[in-house]
Amino acid sequence: MAEKVMVKGNEAMAEAAVRAGCRIYFGYPITPQSEFIEYMARRMPQIEGVFLQSESEVAAVNMVYGAACTGNRVMTSTSSPGFSLMQEGVSYIAGAMLPAVFVNVVRGGPGLGDIQPAQSDYFQATKGGAHGDYHLIVLAPGSIQESVDLMEDAFRMADEYRMPVLILADGMLGQMMEPVEFPEFVKLEGINDHSAWALRGATGREANKVTSFDIDPVNLEKMNIFIQEIYKRIKAKEVRYETIGLEDAEYMLVGYGTMGRILGSVVKLARSKGIKVGLFRPITLWPFPYAELKKAAEGVKTILTVEMSMGQMVEDVRLAVEGSVPVQFYGRTGGMVPTPDEVLAELLKHV
Amino acid sequence: MTEATYKRPESLAKREFSYCPGCHHGIIHRLVAETIDELSIREKTLMVAPVGCSVFAYEFFDVDGTVAPHGRAPAVATGMKRSLPDRVVFTYQGDGDLAAIGTAEIVHAANRGEKITTIFVNNAIYGMTGGQMAPTTLLGMKTTTSPYGRKSETEGFPLHVSELLKETAGIVYLERVAVSSPQEVRKAKAAIKKAFTVQLKGLGFAMVEVLSTCPTNWGLSPVESIKWLNENMKKEYPLGVFVDKVGDLK
Repeated sequence: MAEKVMVKGNEAMAEAAVRAGCRIYFGYPITPQSEFIEYMARRMPQIEGVFLQSESEVAAVNMVYGAACTGNRVMTSTSSPGFSLMQEGVSYIAGAMLPAVFVNVVRGGPGLGDIQPAQSDYFQATKGGAHGDYHLIVLAPGSIQESVDLMEDAFRMADEYRMPVLILADGMLGQMMEPVEFPEFVKLEGINDHSAWALRGATGREANKVTSFDIDPVNLEKMNIFIQEIYKRIKAKEVRYETIGLEDAEYMLVGYGTMGRILGSVVKLARSKGIKVGLFRPITLWPFPYAELKKAAEGVKTILTVEMSMGQMVEDVRLAVEGSVPVQFYGRTGGMVPTPDEVLAELLKHV
Repeated sequence: MTEATYKRPESLAKREFSYCPGCHHGIIHRLVAETIDELSIREKTLMVAPVGCSVFAYEFFDVDGTVAPHGRAPAVATGMKRSLPDRVVFTYQGDGDLAAIGTAEIVHAANRGEKITTIFVNNAIYGMTGGQMAPTTLLGMKTTTSPYGRKSETEGFPLHVSELLKETAGIVYLERVAVSSPQEVRKAKAAIKKAFTVQLKGLGFAMVEVLSTCPTNWGLSPVESIKWLNENMKKEYPLGVFVDKVGDLK
């Protein structure tokens, strides 16, 4: 067992990325993510990695695109307004089928918003923030340890499916400190061999071309259908979620990330008062655990979805249960984080 | 016995160009391809095509290649070069791509001394989208978005990218050339070769700006276009070497 160390979320995720074999990082400073880029600035030179602070998030995502073209593990991190700027490049990366990992340490919006924790970028993350028929794999850790544990998987999925993977954190996960156990360093040999398509120079082979571009609509449709087939495989294989106390639950809370963790406390609180409450916490936001959530909701009287937003994931919860259970919503936004007591009071309105 | 003295460079793919008759992209492509052949770097070259008329350039060069989002080629090339420092990475960009939407990326790549090469083709207009005004469009020049002629009061002045970039410390070699005559083609070839050599020596950023015609969107014949380029574009964009630190850095 590795020892536990006390570490800030942003730095923990950065170190986890290094241990996952990421040796190339491009980024731009933005609160509440800046410790991430600062950590990479210190860390990458120690391990002969590449660190470059770009002139903008627009440039950062395109540097990621360029490095991803070579098939090497690459990532960037940012916070909400920065991820908005990156959307153009995210779409190109998805279209060109390039492996890359993004971290969005979400803050309050819209616009300049503020720098407090929020979950108001769910639509952007899961429904396509840019143009075209594409998805990101979206992972929502509920603790710093989970963000560390998911990082290796994020790179693995980016490589395996050749697509962008987003870790959707929030200002709370980025800024707080927790004891964390880091995994061993990943050995990359044989697990991310992209020599068949990557741009590394046409030595002894035909020249490789990597683009999101095809002027012929017949071919472009084929490319899109091919990508959709990959999405089907992901939906069948990669759905992840956690449940607490659903065995005998009459009421089900649904929340992800930091909110999901707070809802864990609400379950305990409610049960101490004799209310049978359980929690469903999606970990993959795309693919969303529709079928699993519907099954989990069988027999519950009411679902209360709680988000640090005005209600975004709740739409997927409603899609999941298809009207079989009433779905209520409670949310705070703009950087306000609901307390367990506050959520319990809301829950009691529906009991 | 007969001997082929002029043939397609190996680094040009065996396919037809999509360029209009009289456009200079074809000549410039050839010069870049000849350079890659002569330096024996075809198998380690990565190219980044722009958005614009030369969006298909990644298909025309028989080297590994991609297309960047509009204007972002220098950032994409930066990512490639930092990932694989021993490869040769070049961008091929028009003036709409490089001098308008991509100004931030080119300035910062140059200023970082990014060890890439940029071929910047300036024809003072947006070609692919149908002849709209570019930052490089001359004053008085009529385009589909300056139908009464470009006026400085409302549209500003022609942007001199090479003159701007020469002030960035990271740039090692910068020259503006034309390909309107055999002599100019030879000079342009020498400039392009030098720009690639700068990268091979790891000296820093190099760019060659090439003045080009756009007969289709200028509304002139190929021959008239060359005359117009010589009489008008060269006045606004004088040819010459803006930066050459190759000797200092050897």
